[in-house]
Amino acid sequence: MDTEVRAEVIKQHLIDPEICIRCNTCEATCPVGAITHDDRNYVVRADVCNLCMACIAPCPTGSIDNWRTVPRSLAYPIEDQLTWDELPSELTPEQLAAEGVSADEVAAVAAEPVLAVMPEAAAGEAPFNSAAFGSTVPPWSAAHAYTNLFGPKSPTSATVVGNVNCTEAGFHSQTHHIVLDFGPIPFPVLEGQSIGIVPPGVDGHGRPHVARQYSVASPRNGERPGYNNVSLTVKRVTEDHQGRPTRGVASNYVCDLKVGDTVQVIGPFGQSFLMPNHPKSHIVMICTGTGSAPMRAMTEWRRRLRKTGKFESGKLMLFFGARSREELPYFGPLQSLPKDFIDINLAFSRTPGQPKRYVQDLIHERAADLARLLADPNAHFYVCGLKAMEEGVLLALRDAAGEKGLDWEGVVAPGLKREGRLHLETY
Amino acid sequence: MAIDYSQKIPNNVNLADDRTLQRALEQWQPNFINWWDDVGPENSTNNEVYLRTATSVDPQGWAHFDYVKMRDYRWGIFLNPADAERKIDFGDHKGEKAWQDVPGEHRANLRRIIVTQGDTEPASVEQQRHLGLTAPSLYDLRNLFQVNVEEGRHLWAMVYLLQKFFGRDGREEAAALLERTSGDANNPRILGAFNEKTPDWLAFFMFTYFTDRDGKFQLAALAESAFDPLARTTRFMLTEEAHHMFVGESGVSRVLQRTAQVMNELKTDDPALVRAAGAIDLGTIQRYLNFHYSVTIDLFGADQSSNAATFYSSGLKGRYEEGKRVDDHVLKGQTYKVLEVQNGQLAEKEVPMLNALNEVLRDDFIKDSVAGVGRWNKVLEKAGIATRLVVPHKAFNRKIGALAGIRMSPEGRVVSEEGWKQKEKEWLPSPGDFAFVASLMRAVLEPGKFAAWIAPPAMGINKNPVEFEYVRFG
Repeated sequence: MDTEVRAEVIKQHLIDPEICIRCNTCEATCPVGAITHDDRNYVVRADVCNLCMACIAPCPTGSIDNWRTVPRSLAYPIEDQLTWDELPSELTPEQLAAEGVSADEVAAVAAEPVLAVMPEAAAGEAPFNSAAFGSTVPPWSAAHAYTNLFGPKSPTSATVVGNVNCTEAGFHSQTHHIVLDFGPIPFPVLEGQSIGIVPPGVDGHGRPHVARQYSVASPRNGERPGYNNVSLTVKRVTEDHQGRPTRGVASNYVCDLKVGDTVQVIGPFGQSFLMPNHPKSHIVMICTGTGSAPMRAMTEWRRRLRKTGKFESGKLMLFFGARSREELPYFGPLQSLPKDFIDINLAFSRTPGQPKRYVQDLIHERAADLARLLADPNAHFYVCGLKAMEEGVLLALRDAAGEKGLDWEGVVAPGLKREGRLHLETY
Repeated sequence: MAIDYSQKIPNNVNLADDRTLQRALEQWQPNFINWWDDVGPENSTNNEVYLRTATSVDPQGWAHFDYVKMRDYRWGIFLNPADAERKIDFGDHKGEKAWQDVPGEHRANLRRIIVTQGDTEPASVEQQRHLGLTAPSLYDLRNLFQVNVEEGRHLWAMVYLLQKFFGRDGREEAAALLERTSGDANNPRILGAFNEKTPDWLAFFMFTYFTDRDGKFQLAALAESAFDPLARTTRFMLTEEAHHMFVGESGVSRVLQRTAQVMNELKTDDPALVRAAGAIDLGTIQRYLNFHYSVTIDLFGADQSSNAATFYSSGLKGRYEEGKRVDDHVLKGQTYKVLEVQNGQLAEKEVPMLNALNEVLRDDFIKDSVAGVGRWNKVLEKAGIATRLVVPHKAFNRKIGALAGIRMSPEGRVVSEEGWKQKEKEWLPSPGDFAFVASLMRAVLEPGKFAAWIAPPAMGINKNPVEFEYVRFG
C-alpha cells in the first residue's frame, strides 16, 4: 500500500470554537498529543495530527470534525487558532492559485475521505458507501500491535539491505521489493501494519517532505526469519491516477535506494488491519498491485507456521488483480505455493486478446464459497489496493451473500464490522 | 477492552467469572428496570430513540449510534483499561501502587463517597422525567433521552463498585439508591440540588450546564483516586458526562440566539415585548442562571472540611487535574484563602489548604463555568446586543458552608433581610417567571421544527441533518 501524503496541499484538522464546549475529551483521547488548549480554545497541531480519527467519535459536539484545504506552507499554526472566535472560511480557488496550488490538486485532496466512520442508521436511504463497512477493530485473536513508536519529530533510521524487482516484467514495470534492517533498534511490526518513510530534502515551499506510508510485506519475525528487518512493495509513480506524467517524490526516492543507504522511518501504524491467529481461522485476501504487500506478509506467516499444524483446517483464499501477468508482484513465488495451502484466483485487465477481468469478476465466480465464508465467524476478509476497486469488491461480496439468502445489510455486514472481520485499506 | 454484549449485563470486567457478583447484579437489574418504569422518562416506553451506545472503551468503539427503545438500552459496566503499574499521585500514599481492593481503614469513607456520587445519577433522571412531554424539538428530545440513559449507566457504574467491593453493606446501599426519590418528603435524595424541581427546558439546560459540570469536577477528582476501580470507572464516565454539558451549553446558547433575534427584529429590549413575541427575555435567563449557579456551588460542600482533608491525604479523592498541577501533591503546611462573614461583611481568611479542598474544587468549577458564560455572551455580542450575562458572586444565595444565610446581592454587596425581600424577584426566578416559561413549554415533534423560543442547533447528531428523525414514536 502506498497512501501518498501530498506535500503541497493538506486537509488541515481544525476544531470549531463556536461549537466546542472545551470538555477536554479530544485532548484526553488523542494518542499522539496533537491537541492542546488554553483558557480560550482547543486547537490541533497540524504537524503532529496523524489523522487517526480517534478524537472524532467521542466528541460530544461535532465541533471536532472540521477540515480546511490549505497549502502545507500556510497551515494555520496553533498560535492563530488559539485566538479564533470562529473558523476561517475555506480559501478560494484564487487564493489557492496565488499559492501555486492548482484546482486539480485541491480536488484530489478534497476527494480523499477523512472520515472512516459513517452514519449507519441511514444506510437504507444513503448511497452505497463501501468505506462504511470496514472494521475499526482487529480480529479477536490478533496479536497486540505496537503503534507510533517513532513519530514525525523523532524518526529512527534503517539500512537498506535489499532492493530487487518483484515482477516478471523486470524493472520496466518499476515495482520494487525493498528490505530495510533496523539493527539493534526495536521496531516490532505485524502483518497488515505500515511504516512511514521520510524522503530527505524539502518540497517546493521549503518545508521538509512529509512521510509516505507503505504496508510491510514481511511477516512479524522478519523478511529473513529471526532478523530485525522488514520488506516493502513499492511501485515507482511516474503518472497520476488520470495517467498524466508526474514524479512521486517518495516512491522514486525509495525505488532508487542502494544497498547500504540509510533511510528515516516512522511508525509503525495501524491497529485493526491485522490477521487472526486462532486455529481454524480463514483469511480471504482481495488486492490489486502493491496492495498485495500485506497479503504477502500474512501468507508468508501462515506458510512459516504450516509445519506446526496449528492452522490445518484454516483456509487461505487470494483474489489478486493486475494489468498483466508480467506486472503482478511476486507472481513467480506465488505459483510455487502448494494448492492445498492457498486458493489463488488471479485477474488480469490488460492481457492482449482476452476480455478484461477484475477481482470482482472472480468474486462473482466464487460466490458460493465466499458466501459460506461470509457466514463463518472464523473467516476474515482483507481488501487492499486502489480506491477504485473498493466499491466493486464490496458490492460483489454483497451479491455473493444475497445469492445464498444471507441478509447483508442487517446481519452480515454489521457482524463483519463489529467482529473485526472485514478490513479495508485503499488509496 | 471489548465489551461483552452477549451477557445479560454487558461488561468489560469479566463478570461471568465472578458468580457471586453476577448473581447480585442480576437480582438488582429487575429492580432497576422497575425504577426506570416508575420514575424514569414519562410516556417514553415505545419510543425508538437514536442513541449512542459504547461498544468498547477505546475511541473506535466509543460511539455506536442506532435506534433503541430506552428500557432495552444496554446498560452495563465499563471501566477504562487498567494500567498495572499505576501509582498513587497524591496524599500520604503518594508513589505507592494504586489499590485494587478497598483497604479496611478507608472502607466507610469510600462507601460514603460512592453512595453520594451514585445517588445523584438516578436523582437527575427523576428530576427530568416530565420534560419529554414538552420537548422543543425531536433533536432536543433525543438529547434529553441520551442524558437520561447515561445517568442510568452511571448509576450502574456506582452499583457495580458497591456490590463488588462492599459486601452486604454495598448490596443494601445499592438497593437504597433505587428507594430514595428526588423531592420525596420522607425519603429524599442525599444532596439538596437533586431534590429541586427541573420544571422546564430552560431549567434543564441550566441544570445540565451547571449541575452536570459539578458532576464533571467530582468525577475528575475521583478519577485520581488511589482506589483504582473507582478511578477507571469515573474516567470512562467523564467521556459520557461531556455530552451532558454540551446539551446545557448549546441549549442556553440557542435560547439566547433566538432571544437576540427577536430583540433585533422588534428593535426592543423591553422584556414584556420579547415575552409577547414568544421568546424568553434576557432578565429571566439571568435569573435562572443565578439560581442554578448558586444551588450548584453549594454541592461542593463546606468551605472548610476535615473530611475533605482526610479524603485527600488518604488518597480517596484528588483534585481536578491533579497530574497537571505543579506542587508537592501532599499539601501539608500550605494555605488557601476562603471567604467568611465578619461583622456582617465578607472577609478573606487563610486556612490550611487541606481543609479547604472543597473550596479549591469549587473555585476550579467557577473558572470553568465563567468561561462558558463568556461564550454565551459571544452570541449576544455577535447579534449586536449590549446586555451581558454574568455569574453572581460566590456568596450569593448560599445554603451550605460559612456563607450560608448571609444576604448578598449578585454583585457581592451585603444587604439587609428587607433589602433582599425587595430585590429577590429581580435576582432569582419568581413564580411569575416560572409561569411564563412554563407557558412556552409545548412539545414540537415534527422533524426539523423547533419551538419559537429556541434556535435550531448548528449541526445534527452524528453528522445527520438537523431535520433527521431522532425519535420515532411507537
